[in-house]
Amino acid sequence: MSPQKHLTQEQTKDIDENIAWAKINTDVLRSMQNPRRGYWVAMAISVCLFSVMIFAEVYQYNVGMGPSGLNTSHMWDLYISTFVFWIGMSHSGTLLSAILHLVHADWRKPIYRFAEAMTTFSLMTAGIFPIIHLGRVWNFHWVMPYVSDRGIWPNFRSPLVWDAFAITTYLTSSVLFLYIGMIPDLAICRDNATGWRKTLYTWLSLGWRGDDRQWRNFRFTYLMIACLLIPLAVSVHSIVSMDFAMSIMPGWHVTTFPPYFVAGALYSGCAAIITLFILLRYFFKFEQYMTFPILDKVCKLTFVIAMVWTYLNLVEFASVWYGHDIPSKEVLIAKATGPYSPFFWGMMIFGSALPFALLSQWVRRNMYVLFFVSIFLNVGMWLERWMIVTPTLSLGYHPQAFNIMWPGWVEWAMVGGSFGWFGMLFLIFVKVFPCVSMYEVKEMVFHRKRTVYEDVDEMMELHSGVPGPKAPSTPPTGGQ
Amino acid sequence: MSSLLGNIFKGWSDYTKSIEDGGHHQYEHMYAMVIDLDKCTGCNACSTACYAENNLAPVGEDLFGARQAMHWLRIERYFDEPDVGEADADTQSRGASFLPMMCQHCNAAPCEPVCPVSATYHTPDGLNAQIYNRCIGSRYCANNCPYRVRYFNFYDHPQTAWPAPMDQQLNPDISVRSKGVMEKCTFCIQRTRAARDLAKREGREMKDGDVQTACQQTCPTSAILFGDLLDESSAVAKAWKRQQVMLGKYKQDKANPELRGYRVFEELNVDPKVLYLERVREV
Repeated sequence: MSPQKHLTQEQTKDIDENIAWAKINTDVLRSMQNPRRGYWVAMAISVCLFSVMIFAEVYQYNVGMGPSGLNTSHMWDLYISTFVFWIGMSHSGTLLSAILHLVHADWRKPIYRFAEAMTTFSLMTAGIFPIIHLGRVWNFHWVMPYVSDRGIWPNFRSPLVWDAFAITTYLTSSVLFLYIGMIPDLAICRDNATGWRKTLYTWLSLGWRGDDRQWRNFRFTYLMIACLLIPLAVSVHSIVSMDFAMSIMPGWHVTTFPPYFVAGALYSGCAAIITLFILLRYFFKFEQYMTFPILDKVCKLTFVIAMVWTYLNLVEFASVWYGHDIPSKEVLIAKATGPYSPFFWGMMIFGSALPFALLSQWVRRNMYVLFFVSIFLNVGMWLERWMIVTPTLSLGYHPQAFNIMWPGWVEWAMVGGSFGWFGMLFLIFVKVFPCVSMYEVKEMVFHRKRTVYEDVDEMMELHSGVPGPKAPSTPPTGGQ
Repeated sequence: MSSLLGNIFKGWSDYTKSIEDGGHHQYEHMYAMVIDLDKCTGCNACSTACYAENNLAPVGEDLFGARQAMHWLRIERYFDEPDVGEADADTQSRGASFLPMMCQHCNAAPCEPVCPVSATYHTPDGLNAQIYNRCIGSRYCANNCPYRVRYFNFYDHPQTAWPAPMDQQLNPDISVRSKGVMEKCTFCIQRTRAARDLAKREGREMKDGDVQTACQQTCPTSAILFGDLLDESSAVAKAWKRQQVMLGKYKQDKANPELRGYRVFEELNVDPKVLYLERVREV
């Protein structure tokens, strides 16, 4: 039994336990340096998309909401459906970091950091939409109860006000969670950085030395915020669903919307994690940390959530179909057969049928196929949100107002720009902050000793028959 | 603190009263309308009068086609009547049924609770009012309106709709709305307020006929009645009573099924305050 064979066996552990701690530091710190050409291309595309969005917003600010293609019955369309989509994306990070942290699912450790960053950035993206969809965007702060000499309050009965509270609370907490979980890693960055990075990490790491008192406080704080974040994540998407469920419109006034939205959110979040997992694994050469066993687990999780979502979808259809609410039934039938039906069936195929591909090990092992599968899962989820907002508005109650509407260029620019904005934030993040949690990956790697002595190794192997940890090519240099 | 509790108890007692006695509200007036569809000829004079009275922006053919028009009162045409049937060969030649549709000033208005800034609310006159200055244009109210009678300023119409000297025709009693603001039929609130002030100056109570809405004034066949439902002697209150239609119900139990009065979408329990009288046609 040679040590070499041990490494080439089919990997069953989440990550190779023979990685030296110093190598983890080196690999992750390397990923934060020297952006290559692909990075700049991605950045340029993101900035271009975002610039188009800025242009569209300036245009809309000056001209009005008209060019977006909205009309008297279609008042929301892509603005609100894309808003719901981004809120949904934000649920992945909380699932991975908070829920799986509480249930001690260790495989989350190498991948939760970027998922958490995704949470924060998709919330920052989602928050744009309720603001830019306003007719008088310059007065958007009126939905918050700020101190006003006129003594005017917002309308606390309105789900839009609940939205404002839920999103700001969730954004604040998820930023805190992301930051606090990163403090030990920022200290590692500080110890290895020079120049402006040194200053930045010195401030951000808050004097982290890694003594036991700090670790104890850190663990406690992290756990507390995780516990706080889970109910917040559930509530934020339930409240977003109430934008629809609290209305009286057929197709919106649905009791199952809160759990349905939360399931859909976790689903699209998980699919996005797969996408970013593959990208980071490939571009940053994180094969040793973002491994197939972990990817397998994420895929299985995605499949289960997809099935929950499909079930809730079918429950909704069935309750409308067997109910006596004629307008709701008309909306449902129009979704399946009307002018929006290609998108409805696209949603059903991508959202409910495509996840079955995740059951195939060939798909789970084939990065290219899996990448496109995960992208199309999210296309399906985006279509789902669109199919919630628009077909209802195109029908509703009053026959005179029935009409079909297709989004104008301003709306498409906003949707595209939101992806640019998200991409921009994420690209900056991966180069400024460690996108793999170094200290937690180290917890997954068990070292019997810090320094490897070749002769002791040989003796131990001789007596026990178990290979010891391989000596790293470079001698370990301190570190955590 | 005591006032807060007092408000809560008052709100609760108002709520329980409204459950026991349908349509109970502590309003000074409750303006309502009756529209006799049998008298309506679909001439659109009411709509035109509304444009003139309320400074509605004429948006032009393109925007009208794109459903971005601002017609607070629209005449809807229906050719397929259940009584006559679409299969009937003479349907077209019999002419359309007309339905003048404007804000129904629902007592349980679905637009009101959803506005994030309380820009739409109920006045003590029982009117569903829209505060243009407060509106931020989230358009949730329009999405939640089953009648689709809320109109949004998709463009800055005042810039283009009335080139000088056309702006001289604008009604000075009512504001001109800028872009990004929701607007809708107000039951000519400026006329209500003027009549109230006049009555106050003359030291008398308001009486039926003091207020005429622009559409009512213009209707050549007098199909539209407007007045105070709380005033038992008003023509509107009499018509509601005659048609055995009550506020606060989502289903009327009429003694006489031949009565023509109905409210649009009253089954949604939004409690609309416009009573329509069905058109009687020979089949």
